Amino acid sequence: MNAQGVDQKRRRTLIAATSALGAVGAGFIAVPFISSMNPSAKARAAGAPVKADVSKLEPGALLLVKYRGQPIWVVNRTPEMLDALPQNDPKLTDPGSTVPQQPEYCANPTRSIKPQYFVAIGICTHLGCSPTYRPEFAPDDMGADWKGGWFCPCHGSKFDLAGRVFKGVPAPTNLVIPKHKYLDENTILVGEDDGVA
Amino acid sequence: MKKFLIAGALILLPFTAGAAGGHGPALEPANIDLKDKASLQRGAKYFTHYCMGCHSLQYMRYNRMAADLGIPEDELQENLIFGDAKPGDLMTNALREEDGEQWFGTAIPDLSLVTRWREPDWVYSYLKSYYVDDSRPYGVNNSIFPDVGMPHALINLQGIQKPIYAGGHGHETGPQHVVGLELVEPGELTVEEYDNMVRDITNFLTYVGEPYQLERRSLGLYVLLFLGLMFILAYYLKKEFWKDVH
Amino acid sequence: MSSDTTASAAAPAPGGLVGWLDKRFPVMSVWNDHLAQYYAPKNMGFWSFFGSLALVVLVLQIVTGLWLAMSYKPSAAEAFASVEYIMRDVNWGWLIRYMHSTGASFFFILVYLHMFRGLMWGSYKNPRELLWIIGVIIYLAMMATAFFGYLLPWGQMSYWGAQVIVNLFAAVPGVGEGLSTWVRGDYVISDTTLNRFFAFHFLLPFVIAALVFLHIVALHTVGSTNPDGIEIKKGPKGNKWSATAPADGIPFHPYYTVKDVMGLVVFAAIFSLVMFYAPEMGGLFLEAPNFQPADPLKTPEHIAPVWYFTPYYAMLRAVPPIAGSQFPGVVVMFGAILIMFLLPWLDRSPVRSMRYKGNLSRFFLASFVVSFVVLAYLGLQPASDLYTLLSQIFTVVYFAFFLLMPIYTKLEKTKPVPERVTA
Repeated sequence: MNAQGVDQKRRRTLIAATSALGAVGAGFIAVPFISSMNPSAKARAAGAPVKADVSKLEPGALLLVKYRGQPIWVVNRTPEMLDALPQNDPKLTDPGSTVPQQPEYCANPTRSIKPQYFVAIGICTHLGCSPTYRPEFAPDDMGADWKGGWFCPCHGSKFDLAGRVFKGVPAPTNLVIPKHKYLDENTILVGEDDGVA
Repeated sequence: MKKFLIAGALILLPFTAGAAGGHGPALEPANIDLKDKASLQRGAKYFTHYCMGCHSLQYMRYNRMAADLGIPEDELQENLIFGDAKPGDLMTNALREEDGEQWFGTAIPDLSLVTRWREPDWVYSYLKSYYVDDSRPYGVNNSIFPDVGMPHALINLQGIQKPIYAGGHGHETGPQHVVGLELVEPGELTVEEYDNMVRDITNFLTYVGEPYQLERRSLGLYVLLFLGLMFILAYYLKKEFWKDVH
Repeated sequence: MSSDTTASAAAPAPGGLVGWLDKRFPVMSVWNDHLAQYYAPKNMGFWSFFGSLALVVLVLQIVTGLWLAMSYKPSAAEAFASVEYIMRDVNWGWLIRYMHSTGASFFFILVYLHMFRGLMWGSYKNPRELLWIIGVIIYLAMMATAFFGYLLPWGQMSYWGAQVIVNLFAAVPGVGEGLSTWVRGDYVISDTTLNRFFAFHFLLPFVIAALVFLHIVALHTVGSTNPDGIEIKKGPKGNKWSATAPADGIPFHPYYTVKDVMGLVVFAAIFSLVMFYAPEMGGLFLEAPNFQPADPLKTPEHIAPVWYFTPYYAMLRAVPPIAGSQFPGVVVMFGAILIMFLLPWLDRSPVRSMRYKGNLSRFFLASFVVSFVVLAYLGLQPASDLYTLLSQIFTVVYFAFFLLMPIYTKLEKTKPVPERVTA
C-alpha cells in the first residue's frame, strides 16, 4: 500500500476512538430496547403487593389470594396443628429450612412471622401443580401419621402444615414462602417486606 | 459543512408550510408551565374534584401521576383517589358510555389526550368561554365550542357570563358571532383566581397528554451532545482518510 | 492481522477464523467485491449520502417495529389503547414508538432525496435501467407499507384515511365495489381490515429488505454513477490501490464508509432534533385527529393523508369525475407513480448528468420538483376552487416533465462531457 505521507498512528487512533464511541452509542441505544421487555407499568400494577385480611379467617381454615398470577395460601393454624409440627421432623427432607425457600425472617420452626399464620406460594416445588389442602389429622387415605398438610394430586408429593416436604416424594424442596409483612394485627401484605419484617 | 446546513434546510423545508393554519375563534394563550409542580398538583386536585365524576383519564395511572408531580402516597390516597382504586390503577371512572349519550346526547370523552387533539390554548379558552343561552338544554353555550353538550361544571366558581355580539343587539346571534363575553354575575372566585384555576387544569391535562415530555426533552439534549462529540471524531476520521484522494 | 501488505485479489488465503469461514462461505470475496475492492467514483460528494442513510432507517423501522409488535394489539377494540399503553406503560415505549413514527417520515424524506439525486445524475439511464426499476418497486412497497401501517394506531385519521383510500378501489369500473369490500374484508373499515393490514405491515418490510438487496446487487454490477455521469469503468485504469481498477475510482471501504459514518452522525442529529423536540412535527408526522380513537360514525372536519402521500392525493382531487366516476382521478394518481418506470426510455439525451444537459432539462427538473412540493402542500389543504385549479396546473407540470422528456432532451444542446470526473 502506498504509505508515503500517511500517518498510520493517527489513523489507528481515530478509528479506535470513533469505534469506541460508536460502541458506547450502540450500547445506549440497546438500553431502551432491552428495558422495554421488562414488566410494564401495567404488569407492575397487576403484580403489586396484595393485602390479605385474616380477621375473619377461622382457625384451621385456608385463605386463597392471588399474587402475580400465583395462588397464595394464608392458613390460620390451630395450637394443635402447631404442636404437631415437630413430630414430622424425622420424616422431612429439610426440617430446619436450610434451603433458602423462604425469606430470612421465616427460617424458623413454623416457617412464618407469627406462628399462627402460615403464608406460602401454593405451587408444588416439583412440577408446578397446586397441591390440595388436607388439614385433618390421620384421614384414611393419608395414613395414621398425617398431622395435616398438603398433598399434590399430580405426582403425590406431600408437605406438612409448615410447607415442609416429606422424604420419598418427587418434590425436592419445601414450599416457597413469599415476601410478606404485617400492616396491622390482621392485615398481611404479600409481596413486600421491610427486609427484616 | 455548508452542505449539511443546506441539507438540513432542505429536509425541514416542506414541513414549515403545513404547521400553520387553524380556524375558528381566536384562542387565548394558556401560558402553561410543565415544570411548575405546584400548578400541576393543584390542577390534579381540581380535575379529580370537578371533572373526574364524568371525564376519565383512562391511560393515566395514579401512581405515575403522583411520582411525576411529587405527590406523597398518603396524600394521593386521601385527596385524589376516590372509591376503592389502587395507586397502580388507571384513572377511570364508573360512568358508562350510554350514560353520557342519555344525559348529554354524546359520549363523554376521555380527556387523557385532549391537549393533543386540541391544543392546550383551546382547553384554556374553552373553559373560560361559557355564557348563558336559554335555547340550550342546560342554559349555557360556549363560544369556542358552539352548542356544546356539556353543562358549565365550574359556573359557581366563575359566575355567569353574557355574550357580546358583533354589530350591536338583535341580529346575528349564536355562538359563531360572539365577539366577547362579559361577567354579569360574579362567582365564588375573582376573575384572576378563576383564570389561574383553569390554567392549572390545562397545565395538568397537558402533562397527562404526554407524561414523559419533560424527560423526552432532557434526554434529547444528552443525545445531541453525544452526537456532537461523535461528529468531531467522525469528521476528523473522514478528513484523515480522504487525504489519499486527489 | 496478516503480514502481507498488498491487499489484492491474489493475496494468500487468510488464516484464522476468517479463513475457516471463507472456506465455507465467500466472506472475503463478498467483503472485497462490495466494500474493500468495490471502486466507487471519487467525486460522488454530498448527494451520495441518502441511499445508505435510507438503508439505516429501514433497519431502524424493522427493529422498532418488531419491538412495537411485542405490545401492540391489532384489534379494533384494543389497538388505540395499546398504542397509549406503549407510550405510557411500556418502559421506554414512547421512545421506541417515536423512533418508528419519526422514522417513517424520514424514510420518505431520504428516499425522495435519493430519487432526486438519481434524476440529477441521470442514474436511470443505460445500463442502470433495472437498478432504477427495482428502486421504483421499493418505493411502491414503501408506500404500501406506510399505508397499511397508518391504520394501526386506529385513530380518527387512521380510520378515515384508510376509508378514503380503500374507496378509491371502488372507482374501478365494474368490479370496484366488490374489490374494495374484498380489500377491507368487510363493508366498512373494521377489525378484520385492521387485522389484515397489520399482517401486511409486518411482512412488507422484509420484502423491501429483499428488494434492497437486489438493488445493491444491481448497483454493484453496473457500478455507481456520479455527478458528472461519467462511466468510470470506461475510463483509464490504474490508481494507487490497484493497477486494474478505474483511475477515477476509490475503494468504497474505507473511503465511503468513513464518509457515510460522518453523514449518519449528522442525520442522527437532525432525526433526534425532530424526535425529541417535535415528534408531531406540527401535525405532519403525527396528526392531531389521530389522538382521538377511530369513530366510524363521525368524520373529522378535515382529513388528509400523511404528507408523503399528499402529492398524489392532490392529483386525485384535481381530476374531475367523468360521468360520475372517480376512476380517471385514480388512473392519474397511479399513473403518476407508474410513469416513473418508463423514465429510462423517456430520456433521449446523449448525456447522463444534469451538469451537461441543456437548460430545458434543468427547467423541467426544477418545475417537476416545484410541482411535487406544491402538490404535497395542496394535498394537505381542504379542497377549494383555487386549490383545485392549482392542483390541476401542477398535475400537468408533473406529467410534462415525463411526457415531454423525449422531446426536450432531444431538442436541447448539451455540453461536452469531459473524459475524467471533475472534483
